[in-house]
Amino acid sequence: MSDALLSVRNLTTAFAIESGSTIAVDDVGFDVRAGEAVGLIGESGSGKSVAALSILGLLPTPPARVLSGSAMFEGRDLLKMPAKELRRIRGKRIGMIFQEPMTSLNPVFPIGEQIAESLRLHERLGNEAARKRAIAMLDRVGIPSASRRLDDYPHQLSGGMRQRVMIAIALACDPKLLIADEPTTALDVTVQAQLLDLLNDLRRETGMAMLLITHNMGVIAEFADRVVVMYSGQVAEEAPIETLFDAPRHPYTQGLLGATPTLAQTEARLRTIPGSLPDPAAPPPGCRFAPRCDFADAQCAAGRPTEIVLAAGHRAACRRTDATAAWQTA
Amino acid sequence: MADLALTLFPANARRTGRKLLRNRAFVAGAFLVTLVFLAIVLAPLIAQYEPNRMQIRMRFRPPSSEFWFGTDNLGRDMFARVLYGGRLSIEIGFWVVMLNAVFGVTLGALAGYFRALDNPLMRLSDALMAFPSVLLAIGIAAILGPSTSTAVIALAVVYIPRTARILRASVLVVRELDYVHASRAAGAGDWHILWRHILPNCMAPLLVQLSFVFAYAVLSEAVLSFLGLGAPPTVPSWGILISEGRSYIREAWWLTVVPGIAIAVTVLGLNLLGDGLRDVLDPRMKIQQE
Amino acid sequence: MLAFAIRRLLHTIPILAIVSLIAFGMIKLVPGDPAVVMGGTNATAAEIDQIRRNLGLDQPFHVQLGAFYWNLLQGDLGNSLLLNVPVTSAIIERLPATLWLSAYAMLLTLIFGLATGIIAALRHNTWVDQAATTLALIGVSLPNFWLGLVMIVVFSVHLGWLPTSGFVDPAENVIGFLRTATMPAAALAMLQIGLLARITRSAMLEVLRQDYVRTARAKGLPEWVVVMKHALANAMIPIVTVVGLIFSVLISGSIVIETIFTIPGMGALLGNAILRRDYPMIQGGLLFVAAALMLLNLLADMLYAYFDPRVQVDRDG
Repeated sequence: MSDALLSVRNLTTAFAIESGSTIAVDDVGFDVRAGEAVGLIGESGSGKSVAALSILGLLPTPPARVLSGSAMFEGRDLLKMPAKELRRIRGKRIGMIFQEPMTSLNPVFPIGEQIAESLRLHERLGNEAARKRAIAMLDRVGIPSASRRLDDYPHQLSGGMRQRVMIAIALACDPKLLIADEPTTALDVTVQAQLLDLLNDLRRETGMAMLLITHNMGVIAEFADRVVVMYSGQVAEEAPIETLFDAPRHPYTQGLLGATPTLAQTEARLRTIPGSLPDPAAPPPGCRFAPRCDFADAQCAAGRPTEIVLAAGHRAACRRTDATAAWQTA
Repeated sequence: MADLALTLFPANARRTGRKLLRNRAFVAGAFLVTLVFLAIVLAPLIAQYEPNRMQIRMRFRPPSSEFWFGTDNLGRDMFARVLYGGRLSIEIGFWVVMLNAVFGVTLGALAGYFRALDNPLMRLSDALMAFPSVLLAIGIAAILGPSTSTAVIALAVVYIPRTARILRASVLVVRELDYVHASRAAGAGDWHILWRHILPNCMAPLLVQLSFVFAYAVLSEAVLSFLGLGAPPTVPSWGILISEGRSYIREAWWLTVVPGIAIAVTVLGLNLLGDGLRDVLDPRMKIQQE
Repeated sequence: MLAFAIRRLLHTIPILAIVSLIAFGMIKLVPGDPAVVMGGTNATAAEIDQIRRNLGLDQPFHVQLGAFYWNLLQGDLGNSLLLNVPVTSAIIERLPATLWLSAYAMLLTLIFGLATGIIAALRHNTWVDQAATTLALIGVSLPNFWLGLVMIVVFSVHLGWLPTSGFVDPAENVIGFLRTATMPAAALAMLQIGLLARITRSAMLEVLRQDYVRTARAKGLPEWVVVMKHALANAMIPIVTVVGLIFSVLISGSIVIETIFTIPGMGALLGNAILRRDYPMIQGGLLFVAAALMLLNLLADMLYAYFDPRVQVDRDG
């Protein structure tokens, strides 16, 4: 794994709450190699966004605090870096787009300025050059008549257009890694598909790596080379995309796949996982999925399962992988 | 259904009370206001001297263990004068709040509930609010001539449009709530709806506003008195004490400083009280219009 | 922006009409015969008659009202009984001192009010925030005329640093202006500093937790750019809504403050008129101030439209 662009190890992040603190990300590790698209999937509350924001130091502190771990990016630890150096990486080497295009753009600045700002900062471009590059970026993310829209304000654009502007901002300085946190969730279905296509195209053109955070298996299927499944702040399973869909070994992944609607299925026939995410302030002592798991025995509830490497690039945090091997697509 | 708002209130009241006691601003404000009120009410017991007793050999004594706040140009005990003087300031503030409660609520409720009255009432309040508040009060007091009731009327006229506006805004929201519609559908009359269903639910912003009005009234009354537009009674108010002390500012600073501190403590207490009430009762309310 | 301004200007006309009516009606509220009150105890019957004629009080009501508006439209607010000059020219003569003082106070307000509010928000829930919040609250609780007197006690009487009164035109002598105007401007500004600090703090707290602030950080912008550009530009929108209020506090305060520091401005002019029952001066002064305040409020609205690009389009589009 020495060729990893981003290598996260033992990441643990806590939030201060009224009665002490709660662990939102618990000992999480994964890699993103150069040019690779990695999907980080989990339900809302599984800690996937918090993990990504921890890496870039974008969580509000307090209440959040990264307790331990490392995030090696191009040979340097983002978590131990002085704030000033981390800022040189944010927006330059690592771009990020967020879930809410409606609120993620600053309402009082024209969109062109919001793109050009990054270019002036990181690329030391002058006003005119930054403006030209901003037009080129808008053009590249598929905004029609870009030179005229440059001075538009965010409220003059639709949600899909705003997310394209966000992509333009994130990619303005040609980053090596793009972290996309639920980039299409807030948009309607047809716009979602267009944006995913756009992201795919841009990735092919630039060769950048991508960490895609989503709760949507369909998005993952279309996008990722490799998938990290998170449950209750921990990594449940990691596998190449084909392996994940063909032979998932963690019961939670199996449940997720069962719960993913395909075109043929209707809402009524959807299989769901019984139960709900554990309370992050008081998680079960053993395997966190045990209370909802069909395969769980007494030992599962007693201690945290160790990760088992099943094949190259395929690992699962489950004691009962022998039993789950029998799973096949319903 | 008919008494929904009222039956819900006691349970809410207990929880609101607990929240208020945990709110630091409210507790600090309540402490200061209670302190001031007690000092003023119990003035005859606390003060060693009569406020108007002149001791000509004791002129211009600085604050000491005998005269806590010093003495004035006629040897009168400033501690007693400040305590008694507060009575008038607080009394004027109290009446301004009362007039605001009655007329502010009435006008605000009428404007908010009866569409036809809204426009004329609000234009009138726009016009009254076009004048800077203290300046309008000064103008009215100047024209009516100095007296206690003049100060009360002048300050009430200034703040009633502001209170009415806040009440109107609440009424506009509450009148569209489901249970009001339900009650109207059940055939309840306008006055019944307004009195039993809408007004009880507008109490929170009103209470917050009234505590700020009290603070402004005490502050503005001091300005009126200072300019000689308040009452000239036997025991002067805090504003008059400051104005009197001003003549001796070179030899006896305490005559000016002490009554001002009394005003500041009172107004600070009322502002803290208002802040605390707003945080707990109506967190959406922003900074008050003066 | 122009269309917006014109529309708002037209909106103020009916309010101005009511305002002037209130100003006109005020003199009718004078208990008893205004001419007798104004004449004072030593006036002869002939003198009182003269005052009555001068004010047009001998005319029927509708004639008085008509004359009032006719004169008003020509900028004539009547004659001051005390100074025996037109109210308008008295105001114009005294205006520069008030404007200079107000500008100075406004500058202090902007610097200290914004700084206190921003610092408190950035250090939310720390002792810095507590201290700033408490200071702001004390600021809005102090009587400004008292503060002026306390400053005189400290800086003039005890330390002897600054003169107790007077005014120097900054166009002639800037140092002299600063020496005479700093205490009154600070006394005037204190209330508004508290007011502005409170609204700035709550606006910044609201804005700092918005998604676009996170976006700005994700771009790698230095923290001060995130705060002073991305956050503050948005926080200005709620902040400018209190600009009108601040002007209003400023104008009210100048009456007492100018009187205390004997500054030859409009405030002192009005203060004196009030003490001496110079009704035409009071009436004219109030009307002038109300009109000026409405104009300033219009300016505040334009500022609002300037800071919030959504306003213009919503209304003009």
